Order: sequence, then C-alpha cells, then structure tokens
Amino acid sequence: MKKWKNLSSKTRSDFLTYTMVIVAFIVLRVLSAFGMLSNSLTGLLVPLCAYIIMAVSLNLTVGVLGELSLGHAGFMSVGAFSGVIACAGMESFIPNPILRLVIAVVIGGILAGITGFLIGIPVLRLRGDYLAIVTLAFGEIIKNIINCLYIGIDGSGLHFSLISSADLALENGRVVINGPVGAVGVQKLSTFTFGFVLVMLTLIVVLNLKRSRTGRAIMAVRDNRIAAESVGISITKYKMIAFITSAVMAGAAGVLFAMNYTSLTSSKFDFNQSILILVFVVLGGLGNIRGSIIATVILYLLPEILRPIQDYRMLIYSIVLIVVMLTTNSEKAKLFIEKQKAKLKEKKEKGGAKGE
Amino acid sequence: MTFLNYLINGISLGSVYAIIALGYTMVYGIAKMLNFAHGDVIMIGAYVSFIITSKMGLPAIVSVLAAVVVCTVLGIFIERLAYKPLRNATSLAVLITAIGVSYFLQNSALLIWGSDPKSFNSIVHFDSIKLFDGQLVITSEAIVTVLACIVIMIALTIFTGHTKLGKAMRAVSEDKGAAQLMGINVNSTISMTFAIGSALAAIAGVLLCSAYPTLLPTTGSMPGIKAFTAAVFGGIGSIPGAMIGGILLGVIEVFASAYISDKLSNAIVFGVLIIVLLVKPTGLLGKKINEKV
Repeated sequence: MKKWKNLSSKTRSDFLTYTMVIVAFIVLRVLSAFGMLSNSLTGLLVPLCAYIIMAVSLNLTVGVLGELSLGHAGFMSVGAFSGVIACAGMESFIPNPILRLVIAVVIGGILAGITGFLIGIPVLRLRGDYLAIVTLAFGEIIKNIINCLYIGIDGSGLHFSLISSADLALENGRVVINGPVGAVGVQKLSTFTFGFVLVMLTLIVVLNLKRSRTGRAIMAVRDNRIAAESVGISITKYKMIAFITSAVMAGAAGVLFAMNYTSLTSSKFDFNQSILILVFVVLGGLGNIRGSIIATVILYLLPEILRPIQDYRMLIYSIVLIVVMLTTNSEKAKLFIEKQKAKLKEKKEKGGAKGE
Repeated sequence: MTFLNYLINGISLGSVYAIIALGYTMVYGIAKMLNFAHGDVIMIGAYVSFIITSKMGLPAIVSVLAAVVVCTVLGIFIERLAYKPLRNATSLAVLITAIGVSYFLQNSALLIWGSDPKSFNSIVHFDSIKLFDGQLVITSEAIVTVLACIVIMIALTIFTGHTKLGKAMRAVSEDKGAAQLMGINVNSTISMTFAIGSALAAIAGVLLCSAYPTLLPTTGSMPGIKAFTAAVFGGIGSIPGAMIGGILLGVIEVFASAYISDKLSNAIVFGVLIIVLLVKPTGLLGKKINEKV
C-alpha cells in the first residue's frame, strides 16, 4: 500500500483506467457465461470495443493535440476495407483465423497510418475550423472512392477495378469488395476477447504517449503553438506523430469492426459516424482518456437501453445530448452547481460542529 | 449546347447552395459557431411547404411564406434554448450542442412525418424555356432559383451595408465587447441573425425540393454539409464569399458528375475544396488573420 501512495497521481489515474477496463471485461465475461446478457447486447460488445478504440484515438487528435477532426471515420473505413481484403487474401495460406485477424489488424492499421500521413501533410498546415472542414472533406472522399472500388480474388491474386465487378475478370474467384454493395462474404473473426486485448493495447499506447516527452511536446503545441515553437519544438513533427498514431488506431478499430459483420458498406463510415465518435470524446472530456471510455459505453448502450420506447429513443438521445452539454458548459448551470456544493459543505460543517 | 445546359443546372444548384451558405456564414460571422443544425432547418422548411401545398391544397406562395415564418421562429427558438446559454463556452461544446439539435430536428421530423419519402410538388407553375429548337432547356425552377438568389443577395448587401440593424450585425461580428459598449443589444442582434439565416434556409428548402423532389427527414443533411463547404470555400464569414462559393460548388458538382464520373462527383467537389484551401487557407474571399505573439 505504501508503494501505491508513492506513485504519482498521474500513474495512479492510469492504473485506475486499466483496472476499470479489466474489471468491466471480467464482469461481462462472467455475465455472459451465466447467460445473463441478452443476445442483442452480446452482439454489441465487439462494436463497443471498436468504438472505444475510436474514441480514445480521436481524443488523441482532438483532446491532446487540440485539432478538431471531423473525418475520423475515414481512417476506420480504410482500416476496415484493407483488413477485409488482407484477410481474404491470406485465407489460402494462413489457416489459423486468429493469426489472420492479427495480421489483418496490423495491415489495416499501417494502411490507415499511411493515409493519415498523406492527409496530414496538407491538413496540418491549416488551423481551426478550416482544418475541421478539410478532415470532413477527406472523410467524404475516402467514402466516395471506396464506394466505386471493385476488388476480387482468385488463384492468381487480387484484381482491382473501378468500373464493375464483371471487369475484374475473375477465374473461379470471388468478389471481396463489390462497389456500392461494399464488402461481401466477410468472415466473422472478431471476438470480444480480441476486442478487449486491442482496447488494452490502445490504452497502453495512448496513456504512455501522453505521459512521455513526446506527449508533453504535443500538449505544448496545443496550449501555445508559438511558445512551443520558440523553445524548439517542431510543430509539424509532433502534430504528425499524434495524427498518425490516431489514424493507425482508428484503422485497427476498423478491422475489428468490419470482421464482426458478414457484409458492410462504405456509407457506414460517413460523416455521421465521425460525429458520433466526436460526441463520445467531447462528452467524456477532452484529453481525458478514461472519460472517453465511460462516455462511449454509456452513449453506445443508451439507445439499446431505450429499446422499449423504440420510436422515441433517438429523440431522447438527442435531448440527453443537448441537456448534458448545456448543464456542463453553461455559466448559469456552473454557478448553480457551485452554490449547491457550497451549501452542502456548510451543512456538513454545521453537522460536524453539532456532533462535537 | 449540352455544356450550356450543364452550366445552367450547375448555377441553379449552386444558387440553392449559396442561399444555404449565406445562413451558415452569417451565423458563423456573428456567433463564431458551426451551426450543424442549419441543414435540418432546410428540411423542416420543405416539410412545412409540402404539408401546405399537398395536404391543405393552398397556393404555393402561402406555403413559402408559412415555411419562412415557421423556420424563423424555429431558428430563434433554437438559438435561445440551445446556443444562448453557451455564449462563452468552448466552440467544441457549441458544436456538439448543434449536432444534438440536428439529431433532435431529424428525429422529430421522423416521428411527425414518418420515414417514407414524400414527393414534393414543385412550387413553380410556368413552363420551361426552350431555346435553339429545344436544344437548350432552362427549367422554370432554375429561373426562379437563380432570381431568388440574386434578390436575396442584393437585399442582404443593402441590409448589412446601409441599415442600422445590418451595421449593428457587422459591429457585433467584429467585436462583441466594443459593440455592447456602443449601445448595441448583442443578444437581440444575434437572435436576428439566426432568424434571417433560418428564413433563408426555409426558402432554400423549398427551392431545393422543387428541383429534387424527394423529401426525407435526412434531406437537409447533405446539402447542409455541401453548403457549409461552400461557405468555407468562399471564406467563412464573408457574404459575397458564400455566394461565389455556393455557385462555384454547384457548377463544379454538375460538371464533375456529367463529364468525369457520376459516382465520384462528391469526391471531386471536396477535392477542389482541399486544393483551394491549400492555396488560400482562409478561402477565396476570407480575411487573413495575423497572429500576434
């Protein structure tokens, strides 16, 4: 116990985050072992893991780096589709599904990272709302291009086309990505345990990055760009590090997400998806990784909890969103909460005085 | 001749974008916020007009007026309830609230009018103009849209340049604190900006659905995003910029889908936006802001 006290508050906070995720995983595992989770809830566990990774990685861009990105789903999409292709390509020579999934995640992450690098070069020159709109534009472009992509596989390897699935000229092969129909015949390889491992890996990367020299440099760029530059911090380099790391993790999350469905279309990763993740990040608190996780779990499961009132659930979701934003950000609400806190304190002190 | 036809289609679509973008740009200029709910106000305007013409059978002009009134009131309401308490909050908090409002409007529309697409009857009732033996067709919708766009543009220029309220609006967008010291009521000026923006959104909604007659609760979101792009394209905060950006965007979109690829037209539009922003980082007519250390 002495050792625990000697740790810095930051380290303790990080340990709390890890512990929270591990405990949640064990509890869910136990619950599902006893059959206490409904079918629909079990089906949400893998996407939930993917969304947690997305939220944590977006928090790196928006919270830690301080640049608003509205196209995060684009990276998820790059990861998802390259993962699907990689998995289909490896089917013939790597029979072990877990190994195949791991390699697919790595490939998806790397390709998303490369996309992040290419997008980062122009995007990171801009600032504020202009940067936001360009990330939105890139997200839409990625969605649009994948929507026109036809990829098939047969004995001689992968075939690409931008015209139609017939143009692929496959010999006894199968179509992996079929234009607007999206990825078809995807193997469901993702499991909750694998998702959990990926979440833990993401947390280790992000939390350690935040506490490292690099992380401090990134936050210095966020807090005051000019001051950071004047003490010799290379703005572009650190912005790029944060942006690419975030893209890689989004790509990995995309693979995890894609491998949970038998088919998926590129329109699944549109602007609304990016916004959904941004909402998780902002409600959880900018720069606060644990907050992102908690907000993702609550907000992702909220529509599920509201299922009995089917028709009204998205309406209630939107009202909850507005009310939470108003109560946590408006000055009047802040004053009110502070007053209540002061009152409580007074009461406590009075109670204490009586007790003596 | 087909080129001219495409050009006219592009200008007509671009005019709708321009009218929506004006609302975005004015609100951004004054409240420094990205009002993502703007696209959904368009949709509400179109639904109101649809109900009045198709269900009640009243004339088109009544429906347009009703849509304008409903959207104006809606705009003021949204501003008062959702954005005013957040006047001094971070821009991200306001952005998320705007997204919440957008979800709210979409889902309310879904509950009220259902998810089945409605086919909107055009509000314009005269024939298309055919020139050069019918090779060049100018649809009546295109004429009305472009005319509406020009009238709105002129009216707004006069309003912001020569009336007291318009000058107050510009003063508030320049410096809120100083404007308040000069005796300008900042809150009512911001409300008025939202009212004007929403009224324009209503008109845009009716014009958009006259040209593209499928009406859904999500009808407003893509034109909303495009118009936002147009506003940034022209330099966000600038009224003539929104106009130029909107029309250019419409023309590029129509040309891209006609000459390059129908499926890739959105990608091309956004690609052009990115290139423009790289060359001119604050848009075509945006002001360059020098940073003080």
